[in-house]
Amino acid sequence: MNKPIRTHAIDPTLISSTVMQSKIEDEDICLKVNNLKLFYGEKQALHDVNLVIPRKRVTAFIGPSGCGKSTLLRTFNRMNDLVDNCHVHGEILLDDDNIYAQDVDISLLRRRVGMVFQRPNPFPKSIYENVAYGLRLQGINKRHLLDERVEWALKKAALWEEVSDRLNDSALGLSGGQQQRLVIARAIAIKPEVLLLDEPASALDPISTLKIEELIYELKSDYTIIIVTHNMQQAARVSDYTAFMYMGDLIEFGATDKLFTNPEKKQTEDYITGRYG
Amino acid sequence: MNNVKEWWRSGEPWIWLNAGAVSVSMLVVFGLLALIAVRGLGHFWAGDIIEMRYLSNGSEETIIGELVESETINAQRFSESGYGVLPPGATEVKRLLIKTGNRDLYADFRWLTDHNIKALNTPEDLIVLERVEWGDFYGYLKQVNEQGQMVAEGEAAWDELQIRLARVADLHAEIKYLERGEIGSINYKLEDLRLARKKLELSNNATAENIARIEKQEKALDVKYQRLRVQLAELHNEIKRDSAHFQIMDGRVVELPMETFVSVLKPNAMNVFQKMINYVHAFIAFLVDDPREANTEGGVFPAIFGTVMMVLLMSVLVTPLGVIAAVYLREYARQGPVIRLIRIAVNNLAGVPSIVYGVFGLGFFVYFLGGNLDRLFFPEALPAATFGTPGLMWASLTLALLTLPVVIVSTEEGLARIPSSLREGSLALGATKFETIWKVILPMSSPAIMTGLILAVARAAGEVAPLMLVGVVKLAPELPLDGNMPFLHLDRKFMHLGFHIFDVGFQSPNVEAARPLVYATAFLLVLVIVLLNLSAIMLRNHLREKYKALEN
Repeated sequence: MNKPIRTHAIDPTLISSTVMQSKIEDEDICLKVNNLKLFYGEKQALHDVNLVIPRKRVTAFIGPSGCGKSTLLRTFNRMNDLVDNCHVHGEILLDDDNIYAQDVDISLLRRRVGMVFQRPNPFPKSIYENVAYGLRLQGINKRHLLDERVEWALKKAALWEEVSDRLNDSALGLSGGQQQRLVIARAIAIKPEVLLLDEPASALDPISTLKIEELIYELKSDYTIIIVTHNMQQAARVSDYTAFMYMGDLIEFGATDKLFTNPEKKQTEDYITGRYG
Repeated sequence: MNNVKEWWRSGEPWIWLNAGAVSVSMLVVFGLLALIAVRGLGHFWAGDIIEMRYLSNGSEETIIGELVESETINAQRFSESGYGVLPPGATEVKRLLIKTGNRDLYADFRWLTDHNIKALNTPEDLIVLERVEWGDFYGYLKQVNEQGQMVAEGEAAWDELQIRLARVADLHAEIKYLERGEIGSINYKLEDLRLARKKLELSNNATAENIARIEKQEKALDVKYQRLRVQLAELHNEIKRDSAHFQIMDGRVVELPMETFVSVLKPNAMNVFQKMINYVHAFIAFLVDDPREANTEGGVFPAIFGTVMMVLLMSVLVTPLGVIAAVYLREYARQGPVIRLIRIAVNNLAGVPSIVYGVFGLGFFVYFLGGNLDRLFFPEALPAATFGTPGLMWASLTLALLTLPVVIVSTEEGLARIPSSLREGSLALGATKFETIWKVILPMSSPAIMTGLILAVARAAGEVAPLMLVGVVKLAPELPLDGNMPFLHLDRKFMHLGFHIFDVGFQSPNVEAARPLVYATAFLLVLVIVLLNLSAIMLRNHLREKYKALEN
């Protein structure tokens, strides 16, 4: 990691402190990954990953580029299904139901597991219609229901103040940071249980990044959040648990403060101290 | 030597070459447009009428007419062709083509040799008469008659003529309304009743009661028709009332019935401003009138209407088909050798000569599909074909097929350009693939679809060859859209500007007289295509603005 270390200050009370010294054994488990292997054609991208994701906590995946952290994230809402020649073995249990079972309705799964991507990807529609998109898909078309939920989601995503007077303007007119918060609002408007964040701040400036991080902190009281990040400071700031991955293997998983201060594995230590990656 | 090398390396010759190619292209395009515009639009300008004394075969005669063109030819060629006697010592001879009009009385175009022209002037009271038949008439107004009795002569005759001509125009409009509108509608209903009756007979439902009902309706229509016929006969009588006497260039005085007049002008007495007003009137008449005289006179309205109608219908047919096919090819089909083969085939379809599509349309659409449709749904009209004959629908379908490849190709390109992040964004919200395509991808690729449609319209509007086989005719008695149920008559034959040009330019008996119309129609065709394209481009720009791709 040769990225410059972010120098902006962050409210120290915001840093994952609520679950200091938390233990995974005490947590309510939301997602459980059992012996997950993933192949792109002949190439194996994930080797036998076993992992539990606690409910209403922030779990960060860190690791060097190409380590499979995004791939792992995308297995939780089966986004990898879109890739040709992608095969998955093993199981992922979401509330004890295997999401890779034969009879799973993928649309329904994706409503329960929302996702926000690296680059903001609002639709070329109005701000309002962007947030209402997922609701309309579910057949909610009554104006007052939509109004209510759009406002709720935008407030939740800390964007309402900035856009409430121009809901019908194109979403493409927003700044990058606003767009990313809009996309988060769009994702939470359909009230998912899990929110997957794939490097949500990597395309943003420091101020916008700060806002996103604050938002993540706010949202974790309602959602199970999994975040992939390149930025270790970010992982340390926002997450309760951290998983370190390397070359398709899950190397170490544990409470964030423990993993960053006292890693069990040598590889983890090398990475977080910047010796490689 | 080194300098040349340096110059070559600098890329300057290449830039000159590029710019040169662009300039040549622009020159060709604008030259073409300028040529047809000048030749075509000049037709509506009321040129001066000249009167001259002309020496031919030793005797002098008066010639009245309009100069059409002049050429200078070699004296040797002149005498070899037997055009006339050369003046001594001349090496070149100037010849003039004069339109003398009055086709019913003598040849309406004459070549004159310049040196035989004696006196030349442009008398102000020379009159140009546009007539319903026999083309233009040139002469001096002598008197105006009502029921064969003179009512005005000399100076007063001109004013009287104007007044009476306005009355004739009103009567013409009334007659046209009765014939085309009222009686046309009655005929249409009578034909419907005849078919209904035949249908009943075919289905063994021809009970006395049913037949009586139809006959009652027929009788009612017939009563109405008889009344209209009397009215019409009256009008025809009225319109025959007036006539006028004219003196023509050989000194004869002829009487012409006023009902055959379309307009009268004294171009030599008109100033530029008056001529401009007249020009606008003439041009509008060209746009909105029906053709006369085997299409060589009058307007081209049915052809404009047919062209636009056909193109719109083609667009309506080709867009959904092309878009659906492109969505399958790009979004659903597994990309492999088969799809590649299909894509090559689609691209090659664009290269098939259009006449081949015409033959296919005639064989498959008209004879097979149309024939079967007739047997199934219109047995009462047989043996007269309803859809089993060339018509608007088959022409539009044939052209839709012809332009399908461009729509497919550009839609596919549009689909491929949608960033995958947007697909993922939609899918991640629980949308199915179908919902994603329908709500995000297709709206976003609508500018590309419009581009395809623009190319399709440009190609279809200019196509003539296949249309001659599947629905275009020289003269269509009725427009494909009128006030009779079901308003849009897809089975009717129609007129088309492209075919009109061919017909007027190459099939008309009087090529000389029709030539300006060929240019004018060609200009109009280009104008129609440009307008159709411009509207599509404006729509596309609007969509582009709306679905501007993510750039930040």
